[in-house]
Amino acid sequence: MTNRIAVALNALADPTRRTIFERVGAAPGAVGEIAAGLPVSRPAVSQHLKVLKEAGLVTDTPDGTRRVYRLDPRGLGALREWLDRFWGEQLGAFKDFADQQESSE
Amino acid sequence: MSIAPIVQSVTVAVPPDRAFTLFTGSIGRWWKRGMTIGAKPHEEVVIEPHVGGRWFERDEDGAETEWGKVLAWEPPGRVLLGWQIDAAFKYDPDLITEVEVTFVPDGTGTRVTLTHSRLERFGDSAERIAAQLGGGWPGLLQLFAELTEKDA
Repeated sequence: MTNRIAVALNALADPTRRTIFERVGAAPGAVGEIAAGLPVSRPAVSQHLKVLKEAGLVTDTPDGTRRVYRLDPRGLGALREWLDRFWGEQLGAFKDFADQQESSE
Repeated sequence: MSIAPIVQSVTVAVPPDRAFTLFTGSIGRWWKRGMTIGAKPHEEVVIEPHVGGRWFERDEDGAETEWGKVLAWEPPGRVLLGWQIDAAFKYDPDLITEVEVTFVPDGTGTRVTLTHSRLERFGDSAERIAAQLGGGWPGLLQLFAELTEKDA
């Protein structure tokens, strides 16, 4: 069984990789653009991007001779779906409670 | 910010000041049983009503388990809570995601909107989460597991 949430969160556990993920989130770009100003080598950035891609967090699309990296919205989908369900249930419980208070007043 | 927040809304029949009081002051009465992190079901959930106040659950034996803290306290319109529970449902003092709840008049009732943001910070506790996944934590983790199975 592939545990997508665990794989995605694991990929983000590395601080450098998270910085790269946040950069890709701020602006899609090629490896060189993403690596600019970072204290890690371009091959290292490529390697981190590969891990993020395997975790379903980024995708790359060809643009001429280069590849442009952008966030993959499916990557954290499972976590989001779970949190959505969690808060939906809690707010539903709050509504039931609050409306009951109203009718008993 | 790279991960969009979770946003959920409901409309309740009571006015904002009452909704705010019920939400924050009676949270232990409406919070779903079993959807807590302590060893035993909660007897009470407490949000201390001031900035810096603790947010925690207490079980029937008086044992307290931290959830987070109050970051902004603006009755009756808004409360901002620090949610310091990781995705494996353990309190982590080094993690802080944000749960903002707003109370806006809607007719004679109130529109309650909850926004859970800074979700990318869940990545910080990822190693521990990965270790705990599949560890048999009942209730929530089971829901979690069902979702991941669906994704597999």
